Order: sequence, then C-alpha cells, then structure tokens
Amino acid sequence: MVALAESVPKPHSRFQFIFDRRNVLGSIMVAPAILYVLLLVGVPFLMAVYYSLSAYTIYDPSWSFVGLSNFEDVVEDPVFLQTLYNTFIFTFGSQILGLILGKFGALVLLRPFPGRKFVRALVILPWAVPIALAAVAWQWMFDSLYSVINWTLIALGIVTRSNAPNWLGTPHLAMLSVIVVNAWRFFPFAVVIFLAGITAIPQDVLDAATVDGAGFWRRNYQIIMPMILPIVAVGLVFGIVFTFTDLSIVFLMTMGGPVGATSVLGFAGFQTGIVSGDVSHGAAISLFMLPVLLIVVVAMLRFIRRREI
Amino acid sequence: MAAVLTRDIVKRFGEVAAVNGISLTVPNGEFMVLLGPSGCGKTTFLRIICGLEQQTSGDLMIGGDIVNDIPPRARGVAMMFQSYGLYPHFTVRHNIAFPLKTQGIPGAEINRKVEWAASLLGIGHLLDRRPRQLSGGERQRVALARALVREPTALLLDEPLSNLDAKLRTSARQEIKQFQQRVGVTTIYVTHDQVEAMGMGDRIAVIDRGQVRQVGTPSEIYDEPADRFVATFVGAPPMNIVARDGGYLGFRPENFLPKDMIKEPAFTEFKFRVDRSEYLGSERIVYGVLEGLDPKQIITAKLPPAHVADEWIRPGEWHPFAVRDSALRYFNNDGKRTSRH
Repeated sequence: MVALAESVPKPHSRFQFIFDRRNVLGSIMVAPAILYVLLLVGVPFLMAVYYSLSAYTIYDPSWSFVGLSNFEDVVEDPVFLQTLYNTFIFTFGSQILGLILGKFGALVLLRPFPGRKFVRALVILPWAVPIALAAVAWQWMFDSLYSVINWTLIALGIVTRSNAPNWLGTPHLAMLSVIVVNAWRFFPFAVVIFLAGITAIPQDVLDAATVDGAGFWRRNYQIIMPMILPIVAVGLVFGIVFTFTDLSIVFLMTMGGPVGATSVLGFAGFQTGIVSGDVSHGAAISLFMLPVLLIVVVAMLRFIRRREI
Repeated sequence: MAAVLTRDIVKRFGEVAAVNGISLTVPNGEFMVLLGPSGCGKTTFLRIICGLEQQTSGDLMIGGDIVNDIPPRARGVAMMFQSYGLYPHFTVRHNIAFPLKTQGIPGAEINRKVEWAASLLGIGHLLDRRPRQLSGGERQRVALARALVREPTALLLDEPLSNLDAKLRTSARQEIKQFQQRVGVTTIYVTHDQVEAMGMGDRIAVIDRGQVRQVGTPSEIYDEPADRFVATFVGAPPMNIVARDGGYLGFRPENFLPKDMIKEPAFTEFKFRVDRSEYLGSERIVYGVLEGLDPKQIITAKLPPAHVADEWIRPGEWHPFAVRDSALRYFNNDGKRTSRH
C-alpha cells in the first residue's frame, strides 16, 4: 500500500497543462490569422471607407468630410461606368473560358496515357510562373509586329500580313487578349478543382450510370457535373473574387488601353488614387467592388449550401 | 429475361489472370450465386457480364446472342453495386427513373413503371427523398428498384448485403430471394458469404483464383464437394481434412461425434484429445488433435450441447470419437475428390 501511495503523481500546478485545453490552444493558434486580417485588411478597409467620404488627396490631406459626393462624382463619370462594365466582362469572360478549358483539361488528364504525370505537372505551370514574366511573354505573342499568333494565322492562310489583327491595339481584341491571359492563369486551378471533384465521385455511381445506359454526354452533364457542382462553385467564388479585384494583368499588358477599353476597377482605383493622387475618388472606385462581390459571394454560398449532398 | 452463358472467359490485367477461363451456364430464371474468397475474380467476372470490363478472350452470350462487343447500355442487364451506386443528387423517383430516361421512354410510361417498381419494393413513400435521407436497407431497396424497373434480361448483384448490419442482412436475404422468385429474372449474385450463397442460390458456382471449382445446388456443394478447396471453403467450421493412406480424408465437424452417439453400424474410429471448447448456445465447437497425427493440426467437432455435459469435455483428455463411413469424403494428392483410396 505504501508503494502504491508513492506512485500517485503529485498534483500539478494549475498552468502546467494549459496547452492541453482546446479553447486555450485554439485561441493561441488562430490569433495570428485574426491579427493579420484585422491589421492588414480591416484597418486599411476602414481607412478606405473614411477616405471615400472625405476630400483627401495627397496634395491636400485635409480629411474634411464630404459625405457621398465622391461616389456621386464617380457614378456620373462615363469612364467609370465603362470600367465597371469592363470588369464584369473581364471577370466572367475569363472564368467561363477557364472553367471550360479546366473541364476538358481534367477529362484529358483523367485518362491514362504515357507521360500523364509529366503533363499533369506541366499544367500547373501557368500558376507557378510569376505573373510579370508571363505577361511579358504574352505581350510578345500579342505584339503588333512580332506576334507569333499572327505569324501562325498568316502561315495557315487565315489572315494576310496587311489585315493581321492588332491584338492589344484594338478595343475588343485587347479585352479578348486579357481575358485569354487571365483564363490561362486560372486554368490550372480549374483543372485541379475538376480533377479533385471527379476523382471524388464513387466508382460505383459512375458504373451504375454506364450500366443504366448513360452515354458520354448524359454521364457528364446529368451525373458528374451536378455531383461536382458544389466544389466547382467554391472554386468559382475564389476565381471571381481574385479576378474582380485583380489589376496585374491589365496593368502589365495594356495599362487599361486602348482608350480605357480594358480598364478594370482595380486598375482604375489604383490609377486615380495612387498614380494621380486623388485618394478619395480612388477609394470610392475601389469600394464599388464590395457590394458587387458581397452579392456574388453570398448568392454562390447559398447555392452551394442548398446543393450539398 | 434470358439465359446467360459464358465460354472460357479470360481476363488478364497485365500478367495476372483475374478470370482464368470461366465457362458457366445460367438458365433463364435461375438464381446463380458466385461464391469465392475476396480477390478470386468473381466481381471481375460479373463486370465482364454487364460490360464494364472487356474480357481478354472468350465468349459471352445473353439470350442466345453473343454480346462480346456490345456496350453495357445495349446488353439490357441491370447491376446492383456493393455500395448501391445511387445518384446522390437525384431523388429516389429520379434515381429509379434514370435507366428508363436513357432509353427515351415517354414520361407517362416512366411514371407508371417507377410507381410499379416502388410499390413492389414497398418504397412508395420514399420517392421524393434523396439517398442520403435513407437508411441502409431503404437504399438497398431503391437500388433494387432501379435495377428492376426496366425489366432487365439479367440481374447482376455484387455483394449487395455487405453494407447492411447482421440483423438486416437476414431479412434482406429473404426479401431478395422472394422477390426474385416473384419476378423470375435470371440472377447472378456475387458474394463471399457462404450463408448467403447456401440460403439464396438455386445453384452455386464456387470460384477460386479465377476458375470455377464446382457448380451445383447448395446441398451438392456442401455434401459432395468436388475438391479440397470447396470442402474447406464452404461450411463453418470447415471440413476437417486429415492425411491418410496416401490421400486425404475429409469429414464435417458435425459428423465427428463421440463414438457412443453414432447409431450406424459402419463407422471409422479416432482417438480425439480435447484442447479447447466454445459454447455457442445451439452448439458446442470442440477443438483438439487426433492420435497418430501431427499435433499442430487442429481438428474441430461440432456437438449438440444437450447431449454433451460440460464436465465431460476437459482439456487434455482423450475420448473415443467416430465418423460414420457414409459421411467420409476422400481426396487424392491433387486435392480432387475420389470415391475411396
């Protein structure tokens, strides 16, 4: 009995096992992320809101409150409306193109063929290449004189040298070009999303569809697509948010040109607020993204929740 | 409905022959069970019949036509999968209707058939639910309804009860069997569970390493096993096999009894040392060794507990046991059944 009593552990101090408490450890682990969001997203956001309601410029940092007049100025500006329109075209154009390419890319990569692993690794490349580098490469491909795309089209006899398209110099073609580049960048993400979705479908379900008489299209659009829709929708939310707020491709390739044809909200906000120094109007332009994205994201998340299976 | 006939079906995956020459005839309306250990090729064989796998060689005939190169959707067979393969995003109604829709059957006809299949399986009240809202047994019925709704030429079932709990499995076994008798559809049922095979099959094909070892009625399989594999695979505990006279002697544990319990005049006697016993309520399983045999070879006896008192079975004691001669089975050195040594 004596030995037994000695083997009973001594009571520990209150704080010895503090990290074993889920709530304590959890709070500590999540704190950096919350701090990060508060300091680097929350504070700038509140500052942007304040700037948009003031007459602040870098030449006259007066902070004087002017109500919604900045927003009124912005909305009445036809250039801004064009920019807003461009942003939608740019975002949805590149997302739709990226999704279509991603779907077919995934279908191709699901089939076994020699060198599939290598090709799968290759597909990730557009994602891994720094956007500045990629943009320069694309700029050369779309160049008015040295375009390899035009060279191919001429070689195939589709266009002649004299009427070869000036990709970045014509408004509609310039928009098409930046959409293509952004879709190219989004493509690997879409492939990964589709691959993950399709490989997660139980083989029994696909086999059942085959035995039940479903052909390629019915299998793809009545079984596979509805089943992966929730995960694709999550990917799409990411894609939309990142593209809607993106300015890098436009900034690097067209500078919003020609004549504002490819100017998007992020770019316009940057130009007005930072380059021109009109911080209050720049903030007002940027804040237009908020309600739009909020509606899109809430609608998508509601849709996903309803589709959960 | 149609007969299913295979002729020397072989399926190779690289060097491995998963199915190694199976010839099997399933007459119209028969309930055929493919029984074998896991990895024996029975599921692959089933997938070849429905067209999900293409055989390396051999012929497959359904209803008298060779269907080797006909795609699954045109074979008219229905298959029920181990985890049912229900479409999670469809309602039960839509799930059952799906095989009809792919055939371009008009909507009113589809509704009529869905109602028919649902009432047949007693799932009429579940038609507007989704699969995840159903219990295991309900899912299984939905899968069965989906398989039967288009009146298939043959119904293929791949271990359909393995996802149910033991209690439900017994009632589902009854249901499937009764149901098959009512509809009269040619059925091929794959399982590794000998209780399912014995209880449901009109005939059983025992498969091992891609080959059929024996085809027969449940009693033929159990009482007249064609070789040592069938003898030891079917039956729980399995048949005892002992080496004797240059061959093997087999006897089932329930025929291995204390000598004074044998009523027949012709019997073979053994001296049996009891090592351990298990009381299972309706029976008592006794493990031990035979005199003059390898002491590592465990022999089992299945005794009716009412006839054998507890104190009678003490570990380490030798008892006179015997098997009536009509219950002895002989196998040669290759494991094949012979009449006698």
